Amino acid sequence: MLAIGPETLDVQRTAAQLQGGGADGAVVTFVGLVRNHNAGRRVLYLEYEAYTPLALKSFERIADEIRTRWPGAQLALHHRVGRLEIGEASIVIVTASAHRADAFAACRYAIERVKQIAPIWKREFFEGGDVWIEGATADPDDQVARTHAERAACA
Amino acid sequence: MRVTVRVFARLRDIVGASELVRDAAPGATIRGVWRDLASDYPELTAYERSISAAVNTEYAKMDRVIGDGDEVAFLPPVSGG
Repeated sequence: MLAIGPETLDVQRTAAQLQGGGADGAVVTFVGLVRNHNAGRRVLYLEYEAYTPLALKSFERIADEIRTRWPGAQLALHHRVGRLEIGEASIVIVTASAHRADAFAACRYAIERVKQIAPIWKREFFEGGDVWIEGATADPDDQVARTHAERAACA
Repeated sequence: MRVTVRVFARLRDIVGASELVRDAAPGATIRGVWRDLASDYPELTAYERSISAAVNTEYAKMDRVIGDGDEVAFLPPVSGG
């Protein structure tokens, strides 16, 4: 259900991992794509790298947080690493729940938390150079960040 | 004692390797290992306030005391997704 690797992502494959046994009334999918522009630069491709064992533990932590906040909601999450071309999927998140509100909220929460605490980095290769993108300082115990993710999820 | 240090992304570029073995004094903290590393690679200093650390593939605070043979990872701000 939670995976990271160089293989091409496939929404159907990720979604198939969630078997609700008839109890689910909603499935929400988020797919993150490599964009051809960023910060005014023309992006050529991205390279993702991860600290894989800790990334998987971070995904498990996010799944636990979701189970606590939205009981009954399930999460499947696949992140890709290596070189990704424009338009390719870097992440697929699928959430399932009895009702749509929880499935939507859990899905949004998952991507916000990945961006906060998963030890994964993207290097952007653009016309004229390359740069490591640096976002959040990862601290899974940072309650302010967690609250921020929850607010985004429930907005 | 000896620890294995792992560095990622820009930190790896600065150090020129993804993994290195470092000597550390008994009772050393993660911060001590970081400062020792930064004294050899001064460009790392700019990351002192923004890095995260992990010991044996679990997130850990910088004041955590490390042991012989531990794997200590230094993580620049993350950008997954």
